[in-house]
Amino acid sequence: MKEMVKFGKSPVFFDKFTRRPGPIQDNMHYCPGCGHGILHKLIAEAVAERGIQDKTIILAPVGCAVFAYYYFNCGGISVSHGRAPAVGTGVSRSTPDSCVISYQGDGDLGAIGFNEFLQAANRGENMTVFFVNNTNYGMTGGQMAPTTLPGQITTTTPYGRDVNTEGYPLKVCEMVDALEKPIYIERVALSTTANIMKARRAVGKALDNLKAHKGFSLVEVLSGCPVNLKKSAEDMNRFIDENMTKYFPLGCFRDRSAEVEEFVPEYAPVHDPEEVKSILFPRKLNIGVSADFRNESDIFRSERRIKIAGFGGQGILSLGIMLATMGKLRNFNVSWLPSYGPEQRGGSANCSVILSREKIASPIIDGECNLLIAMTSTALEKFKGELKPNSVLVYDSSTLERPDVPADIKVLGIDALNIAREIGNVKCANSVILGALSVVLVDSYLQGDDKMDFDRAFEEAIIDSFNNKPEVIKQNLYAFYEGKKAGAKCFKHGISGNIDKKANDDALNEIIKADNFRDSSTDL
Amino acid sequence: MVEYNNRILLKGNEAAVYGALLANCDCFFGYPITPASEIAHTAARLFPKLKRVFVQAESEIGAINMVIGAAAMGKRAMTGSSGLGISLKQEAVSYLAAYELPAVILDITRSGPGLGNIGPEQSDYFQVVKGGGHGGYRCLVFTPDSVQEMCDMTMLAFDLAEKYRMPAYVMADGVIGQMMESLTLPEPLPPREDSPWALNKKDAEGNANMLTTIYLEHDELEEVSRKLHAKYEKVKQTEQRAENYLTGDAEVVLCAYGVAARVARRAVDVLRKKGIKAGLVRPLMVFPFPENALKDTLSHARAIVAVELSAGQMIEDVKLAVECRVPVSLCCRYGGNIPSVAEICAAAENALKGGAR
Repeated sequence: MKEMVKFGKSPVFFDKFTRRPGPIQDNMHYCPGCGHGILHKLIAEAVAERGIQDKTIILAPVGCAVFAYYYFNCGGISVSHGRAPAVGTGVSRSTPDSCVISYQGDGDLGAIGFNEFLQAANRGENMTVFFVNNTNYGMTGGQMAPTTLPGQITTTTPYGRDVNTEGYPLKVCEMVDALEKPIYIERVALSTTANIMKARRAVGKALDNLKAHKGFSLVEVLSGCPVNLKKSAEDMNRFIDENMTKYFPLGCFRDRSAEVEEFVPEYAPVHDPEEVKSILFPRKLNIGVSADFRNESDIFRSERRIKIAGFGGQGILSLGIMLATMGKLRNFNVSWLPSYGPEQRGGSANCSVILSREKIASPIIDGECNLLIAMTSTALEKFKGELKPNSVLVYDSSTLERPDVPADIKVLGIDALNIAREIGNVKCANSVILGALSVVLVDSYLQGDDKMDFDRAFEEAIIDSFNNKPEVIKQNLYAFYEGKKAGAKCFKHGISGNIDKKANDDALNEIIKADNFRDSSTDL
Repeated sequence: MVEYNNRILLKGNEAAVYGALLANCDCFFGYPITPASEIAHTAARLFPKLKRVFVQAESEIGAINMVIGAAAMGKRAMTGSSGLGISLKQEAVSYLAAYELPAVILDITRSGPGLGNIGPEQSDYFQVVKGGGHGGYRCLVFTPDSVQEMCDMTMLAFDLAEKYRMPAYVMADGVIGQMMESLTLPEPLPPREDSPWALNKKDAEGNANMLTTIYLEHDELEEVSRKLHAKYEKVKQTEQRAENYLTGDAEVVLCAYGVAARVARRAVDVLRKKGIKAGLVRPLMVFPFPENALKDTLSHARAIVAVELSAGQMIEDVKLAVECRVPVSLCCRYGGNIPSVAEICAAAENALKGGAR
């Protein structure tokens, strides 16, 4: 095997290049004196020697090497300009036992794809980048590359690269050497036999790292492009040795290969349906009602279109979510639509909640509000016009005057902020309102045990909302029952008799005992 | 024995990620952008729990190219963004189409052009449905109008993308992405094998697989493109999807998708109460566009109104579908605004007056 690699064609190359269209299928398409053929050979030999042909995926760049897949019998994909390290990230993350080779030129890597390259290097993706630096864009006709030398004439620097306007050549190895993650960085040249043998060792070292999944290696290869640089093969090599290496010194910038342990990639994504469900589906709780519960009473027979408005920090959005969660737990259709965007960065906040037995048409309240909760005067002024006849307005009477609205609108002032303050947490004001709402929404429609069922749905919604914070949950449950009392007083009708019993320590502790909590995967 | 509930309350953006996971999506590559960011947040939380891959990419361009890498390895992969991020991804979408690789892209649309704002708009229609990137290609485009559909359609998008080996978009406006609704989680799909084109598998001749998009010979590229277009034609013939609401006898037919369809549906109810025979054709996909569903209304429809959150993009496909045999008018708002029920009703009544010949 080793003999064959040394003296014959690497078995990683196809015997005949049948993927190459046209009659010539024995030779590569590269120009005489081009470095790609030499580097291809070094890579093919190194892949064969390491026995990683079946795991190797070669990403070909835009440029002359776009046709690498003509020659290598390895998984191959020719990608768009500069994106190879991003595509390579997708390959290696999705299939961690693969050996990803990103083969790129100086325009591809140093100009249009520099971000993809640098970021992949910085993440330490498990890949080897072979960076072919020939100081110009070859395939497109010899234009200036980021690595073009000062004063060098190209088709887009006909007067020579002017460092005043075009800057200096990009020193890629030196830049990558500033990053923490890369494990091996070396610059080699293909100018002389001695240099090619050094390049061979560098390619081998990089692929050793790749095989052992040690991380990111970069081998920069100074390479000839005699046709575009208008030089003979001999002059080309002299240019590499005398001009290029002056600016791009050869040598190893970093080699941590020995310090990094071989890594055996583990890849075991969970696809078993039962396991998937255990992560994604909410756990059934011990409290609340069964999933197929359908209340026979009239509640939400017609849509409840609810607007909740105030300012950021009052728990406006979470009050909406608690209400929606309650509805979901009772198997109603619910929608919750926040005012998202710049408003959430401070200032006003509002959300729309719709509860219905039927499919909800528009999630936008659109002037058809039948319940408005206003926590600030601005919110009240902004939205009171959307209230339909015979609708309900709930406002925080701790801070607002009784609003002036048409007589057919039922108005409830709830002393939310003051009640919350007494409980010891002003943030509970939204749960006080929730309690009052439970009276409006539920108690005026339901009798007896139904109310208790709904209480449990509200309790569960509160637990859900403040998951994993038992003390906060307790305060909010307490606030909820205080709000219920306040709501009942306003409504002047009887409510279920267990409120006082619920609003005490023992009862609340019973509600928030550990097995009533959801798995955190269902956090909203 | 732990029991699970399949009813859950989620944002549209979250539901799409649930759908992806239930459909065996192995990799998510994302980049933050409002109003789509919850997609990345949810993926970052849930993909690792299922030992699947989440990467926050360096850019929108990086993210979609990572998707190419994973899809090239035969995995199900996804990314998500919003209008301006989608603009950046278009180059790679053209490549996906050319490689014939499946992938799912969520576009939670916002208002533009330029930075615009993060309010809902449907003016990504042209860039998503008509190509957007270079070269002649098409993508499957799903248009959910509820959180339930965000989940269901994302699952279906993976299946159809794979069936036809083409990229699929799930295009939803910011309202559908941001709002929470109760939904029923579907059962997870059974595990799947990596696709046969995976680069670590072999082709029919026993050689390593390869993917390319470059064909220097004109005849060769023409043949490759001809096959692509034959595929798109087949998709047009077989995959049209629409939901009809009271269109059976409708004299004025509304056509709307996404949140516009939710408002339009309510407008239909209001119009019907007033004795006006209104109906709604809601495209569930806009490529292929449901031409047949619209054509079917022509025996009784006197006017069609396209309701859009743009200055009129889908309306072009509506006109083509009905070959301008009835007047097609536009009811639209944009800049983050949504046409009200009243505005849509007025447009429908107006169209009916104008449409009476």
